[in-house]
Amino acid sequence: MIPFLVYLAIFIAAFYVVRYITQKTAIQDYTSLKTVTFGDESAVRSNRAASVISIATIFVIWGAFTGSTLLPKFMHAPGPFVGDTSFTYTAELPDGSTDDATVYFHVHETNAEPVERALEDSEGFAKDDFAAVAMWRSKLLRVDRNDDVTKSDGAQVVAIDGQAIAPGEKVDVAGGTVTLSDKGTPNFQPSTGWQMEPIWLPSPEAVVKRTIDIASEGFQGSTLWEHLGFSLYRVVLGFVLGALVGIPLGYAMGLSDWFRGWFDPIVEFMRPVPPLALIPLVIIWAGIGETGKIILLFLAALWIMAIAARSGVSGVKISKVHAAYSLGASKFQIMRHVIVPNSLPEIFTGARVAMGVCWGTVVAAELVAAEKGAGKMIVAASKFQNTDIVIMGIILIGIIGFGIDVLMRYAEKVLVPWKGKG
Amino acid sequence: MTGLSIKSISMRFDLPDGGHVQALQDVNLDLKAGELLSVLGPSGCGKTTLLNIVAGFLAPTEGQVVLNGNRVEGPDAERGMVFQQGALFEWMSVRENVGFGPSMKGMPSAEKAEIVDHLLDVVGLQDFKEKAVYELSGGMQQRVSLARCLANDPDVILMDEPLGALDALTREKMQSLVLKLWKETGKTIILITHSVEEALLLGERLLVMAPRPGRIHKEYRLPFADLGVGQDLREVKKHPEFNERREEILGMIWDMEEEIMGRSEESA
Repeated sequence: MIPFLVYLAIFIAAFYVVRYITQKTAIQDYTSLKTVTFGDESAVRSNRAASVISIATIFVIWGAFTGSTLLPKFMHAPGPFVGDTSFTYTAELPDGSTDDATVYFHVHETNAEPVERALEDSEGFAKDDFAAVAMWRSKLLRVDRNDDVTKSDGAQVVAIDGQAIAPGEKVDVAGGTVTLSDKGTPNFQPSTGWQMEPIWLPSPEAVVKRTIDIASEGFQGSTLWEHLGFSLYRVVLGFVLGALVGIPLGYAMGLSDWFRGWFDPIVEFMRPVPPLALIPLVIIWAGIGETGKIILLFLAALWIMAIAARSGVSGVKISKVHAAYSLGASKFQIMRHVIVPNSLPEIFTGARVAMGVCWGTVVAAELVAAEKGAGKMIVAASKFQNTDIVIMGIILIGIIGFGIDVLMRYAEKVLVPWKGKG
Repeated sequence: MTGLSIKSISMRFDLPDGGHVQALQDVNLDLKAGELLSVLGPSGCGKTTLLNIVAGFLAPTEGQVVLNGNRVEGPDAERGMVFQQGALFEWMSVRENVGFGPSMKGMPSAEKAEIVDHLLDVVGLQDFKEKAVYELSGGMQQRVSLARCLANDPDVILMDEPLGALDALTREKMQSLVLKLWKETGKTIILITHSVEEALLLGERLLVMAPRPGRIHKEYRLPFADLGVGQDLREVKKHPEFNERREEILGMIWDMEEEIMGRSEESA
């Protein structure tokens, strides 16, 4: 909850700060002089400053709530308690007599050496105790064990730091809280602060370090590049096969009654079936090896490419076809010089969608079952609670997916500059 | 036998609801080689259907079109077509668009380049040769369309409202260009238009068509096309007969439109 509130606060504060700064240096171009901007989509331009601050904010919040060393200390959210603390407990005997004793706790870093400390003998029947606990963890301490009168003899803890307590209740003490268990044993929980424990969310530098480790040492018998490369190879091969079958199929459906009638029901039925739903069937038929993955991605790309090619053909203006016939073109020439170039923009759009779907599908398929691959890597890591590898995997999958889209858009710009110009 | 003859053409479409539309009824027309015919009429009179039949994109339900002694059975390079807009190939440069017809015939590239160069000179687009067609203005695009059609050296040029989408000034320039090309090339031209003035200026012969069923209502032979060649068209428009004809035809079309409105009100 707290991170979201911090995020919201930064969002609002940055808005006013940026607006205050840019007001002074505003450029007066055509769009900025428009008075109607609410509802005029063309007047809404992505604010660069907002994008930069947005990305920075994510990393700052991530760093602040994981105690990242990349951030100065004062920016950290309150961390877990580390060091020495103590509280007193009051033990009561059946005859009503009470005695106080102190419990010393040493809260240490997760992997620190355990500390031992000798205590002086105190007066009364209750004796002081010492225990060490790792941060984030809690410790149930039988404080009566070294007392002159133990629990089995009828001694009961009735107060912590002077505050009365009954089994199941909780009392705040310096550096944490003490809960009395149902059987009357105090349980000390050092305060965790607002930060996330590394097993839930590692700090950014831990993820970077793990990335470098995995890149050089590999994970589960394959290097990072093998994992990612296998996923990419499956996507590219599946997509290419899907396009090789789907595009001619789409053309046939756009050019012939019979083909359209025959394949329309199949294509229209298969298109809304999420490729993920095919994973179990593909595994049953083809197993968890490469063949199954390629078949799945082939199916994911096939319908998208067929529909893109079909709508590319339907999108040809009839006047262009008529013009070409009047200029003496044969059917083959019309196909080659009019229909194909005219449908290329649609096919590129379809290819972009298909690549995106294939990338998502391959990761999902690898999550289910695979030897190697980006999805396999993160699902294996999650089983060992290697959250840093999981996060690294998600980021790399995102970067690759984004990279594919950028490449496709670039190819589109270079190869079909006439898109949308007809 | 040269020239184009349209012999008792009728066109009847069946409708899905069981009815039918009589788009054309018994249309007869003979055009000598080199004649320039403009066709005018209210919307729905079958002008475009007639043109599509002559081009060979539609088969008439009755009658036939004969060009130079051969019956028209489909589209062919002997009948070139200029469309209103959007019929250029935007994936090709201006040069490639104009050279499309010769390319399809497999003409050697040197010969093709010569034809293309000449036509780009004629339409004044030599400097835009390597540009993509979508970079040109509407008027320039129509000049590319004209040049592309001429590059194929067709016997008949069919124009379906070729200047309809242009602004008034560009339109006037293009009208002069059409006249000039007609005179220089001696092609038979059928031009469909919505504008009475354009029909008068460009039509050596003018056909007014009537709707429901589409038929020829009246035919004129006009002197303005010849007068307009190499002339300022605004001068031609000052001709007393020009105004007289314009008023007459406007009145005629106006009456037809009213009749359609009246009829649809009755049926409603």
